Amino acid sequence: MKHLLSTQDLSKADAVRILDTAEEMAAVSDREVKKLPALRGRTVVNLFFEDSTRTRISFEAAAKRLSADVINFAAKGSSVSKGESLKDTAQTLEAMGADAVVIRHWASGAPVRLATSGWIDAAVVNAGDGTHEHPTQALLDAFTLRRTWARTNGTASAGTDLSGMKIAIVGDILHSRVARSDLWLLRTLGAEVTMVAPPTLLPVGIDGWPCTISYDLDEALAKRPDAVMMLRVQAERMNAAFFPSAREYSRLWGFDDRRLAALDDHGLSDTVILHPGPMNRGLEISSAAADSPRSMVLQQVRNGVSVRMAALYLLLSGESRSTARSQADTPDTVPAAAGTAPTEENAS
Amino acid sequence: MSTTGSYLIKGARVVGADAADLLVENGRITGVGSSLQASGATVLDADGLIALPGMVDLHTHLREPGREDAETVETGTRAAALGGFTAVHAMANSSPVADTAGVVEQVFALGQQAGWAEVRPVGAVTVGLAGERLAELGAMADSRARVRVFSDDGMCVSDPVLMRRALEYVKAFDGVIAQHAQEPRLTEGAQMNEGAVSAVLGMAGWPAVAEESIIARDVLLAQHVDSRLHVCHVSTAGSVEIIRWAKHRGIKVTAEVTPHHLWLTDELVRSYDPVFKVNPPLRTDEDVLALRAGLADGTIDVIGTDHAPHPSEAKECEWAQAAMGMTGLETALSVVQHTMIESGLIGWADFARITSAMPARIGRLAHQGQPLEAGSAANITLVDPAARWTVDPAAMATKGRNSPFAGRELPGRVVATFLNGHPTVLDGKLNTPFADGSAGQAAGQPQAQSREG
Ligand SMILES: [Zn+2]
Repeated sequence: MKHLLSTQDLSKADAVRILDTAEEMAAVSDREVKKLPALRGRTVVNLFFEDSTRTRISFEAAAKRLSADVINFAAKGSSVSKGESLKDTAQTLEAMGADAVVIRHWASGAPVRLATSGWIDAAVVNAGDGTHEHPTQALLDAFTLRRTWARTNGTASAGTDLSGMKIAIVGDILHSRVARSDLWLLRTLGAEVTMVAPPTLLPVGIDGWPCTISYDLDEALAKRPDAVMMLRVQAERMNAAFFPSAREYSRLWGFDDRRLAALDDHGLSDTVILHPGPMNRGLEISSAAADSPRSMVLQQVRNGVSVRMAALYLLLSGESRSTARSQADTPDTVPAAAGTAPTEENAS
Repeated sequence: MSTTGSYLIKGARVVGADAADLLVENGRITGVGSSLQASGATVLDADGLIALPGMVDLHTHLREPGREDAETVETGTRAAALGGFTAVHAMANSSPVADTAGVVEQVFALGQQAGWAEVRPVGAVTVGLAGERLAELGAMADSRARVRVFSDDGMCVSDPVLMRRALEYVKAFDGVIAQHAQEPRLTEGAQMNEGAVSAVLGMAGWPAVAEESIIARDVLLAQHVDSRLHVCHVSTAGSVEIIRWAKHRGIKVTAEVTPHHLWLTDELVRSYDPVFKVNPPLRTDEDVLALRAGLADGTIDVIGTDHAPHPSEAKECEWAQAAMGMTGLETALSVVQHTMIESGLIGWADFARITSAMPARIGRLAHQGQPLEAGSAANITLVDPAARWTVDPAAMATKGRNSPFAGRELPGRVVATFLNGHPTVLDGKLNTPFADGSAGQAAGQPQAQSREG
């Protein structure tokens, strides 16, 4: 595994390996000293073209627990105002000695572009690109679901998959990178997925996806899902006529108190609720649901660090890349000795 | 009047038929037959080559004035000549926009100075391509550039009243409105064809209906006011159906397809490489096959390259940031040979119709698109159909490096191009420009133009 760009091209073996590694990382996080020396001397750059404090600090915590040096780079530029080009930014980071670039970008495909353009040699981790994918979010969701499923089945989590698990993903599928990454990964792991949304928030062309489509959340809940993943919905979508009002959306597709009670009525004692955050309480999820014992929201956050540790570890702990890079670099850009990766201090 | 010499082209298969000799003297074809003799004429051995009427492009972006970093009239027409074209229509979306007699005359004069191909400026339909009020279409028609094709290409004339008026108004000087059919509201932020691939890639879709609904409206408007409509770069199967229906009803509509839409599909977008970003977007296999069928049966009249060069930084970026467009002048012949001729859908006579006779007729170019016979203007392209070559954008004459065919092996090579009897291309390489200063003669102007450069 050279990069982590999407879950669509992630094999089942690689997915299970990441999840199993994440279990080991989770054990580290439970210790008093939450740090491993695995990536000492390696540099991880968080390159964020879009604000996301939650995701950035999760990657930052993951890298630091593996003893990597971390550079946070908040790039200017948006779909409206153009900043420095992705190419120039990437090459700057390469010159600084980045071993991995964790990229968050508002444009779909930017991480693929970074990984395949030949601009840099570093490992690229997609931390969410436009409405395309968010593979580490899907991995942390799968990690959370796998623990739930193992507990339901009375087994240990490591080495298992999600065979037979029924999962409903509810909300703005059209604009959700999480929904896409989740679908591919959950299917790879053997789960059955139902997408639930108003027709306006499902992409044209979804018919080929390996999932069931439903416009009716109550009907989907009656089919006894083992987990319900609620997606964030931006209230502003109603201005583009995706739905008439926040109130109508909430009534038809929100996980409200009535639906929380319905899980009990259906006798679904083990069914859990997930949300990638940040939540719009009162829109797609009620406070009672978000704070109920069924809610996995905080476990998801905690598991996010373990999964990102696993991804960085597997991408970077293989054969050392710094030797190869120091051979290719011109002397004035490599202050460190051959075989030693530049650190944050000397790579300014 | 002419400084061009005499050329005897020996043994070319004329428009793909039997081999014959072509005698070119003083800018005209003066003889076609077997074993022609001409003392003093330069003899070209054309054994194995096909002689075609010089290709005419209805849709070229030459970028000058304003974006000389992307292309100039000089570099764009060098590319045209190498691609076998003897005339190109320069689209109006320059800076300033070609919406006045002054700008179209400037572009026209630049074409004459360059001398690599006849440059016919396209006039903007609306001032600044803003879609709000008509540009001075009459002044452009009456100018030295004698504009007959009007287009806001890049933008759609979406206001139905404005489109109706434009269609009506150009009847006064036998003009045609070339529409870039794209319903603007349905394509806000659009990045690629809307369908199975865009759903997976998470990109805002450019639905086929945004093209088809405008074409449907426009053919009905053209029927209502009995005027000429030309549809630029048709890209969907549904558009072909609508145009076929309109032609059956006798509506004066003509249509164009680009070489890239005859071959490439949105599957290529999975790479997120912006070299495949174009407007209208690459569609699906089903659309490609419908476009080929429509071109073969005459529903689609012409090939238009939509040659759209961009500087490298406009493509070396994220997909969403990248400019739309592909180069096309130097690959058009080969791509059409591959997709249409080698697939058995058309022959070389059809090729001559869709790349020369019809575009010349739509653009009202008197001296282009004529049959290869005695008396015709000597605008001739010699092609080696058996040659194969690998596309290398860095080796092209256009400034643009944004060829979607880079690295592909293509059939067919332009060996020579004659513009008004003068070889602008010989042995597959640029020769010398037509130096008479009247490369725009075909506009029907009196010949007393000043000599340029
Ligand atoms: Zn156009």
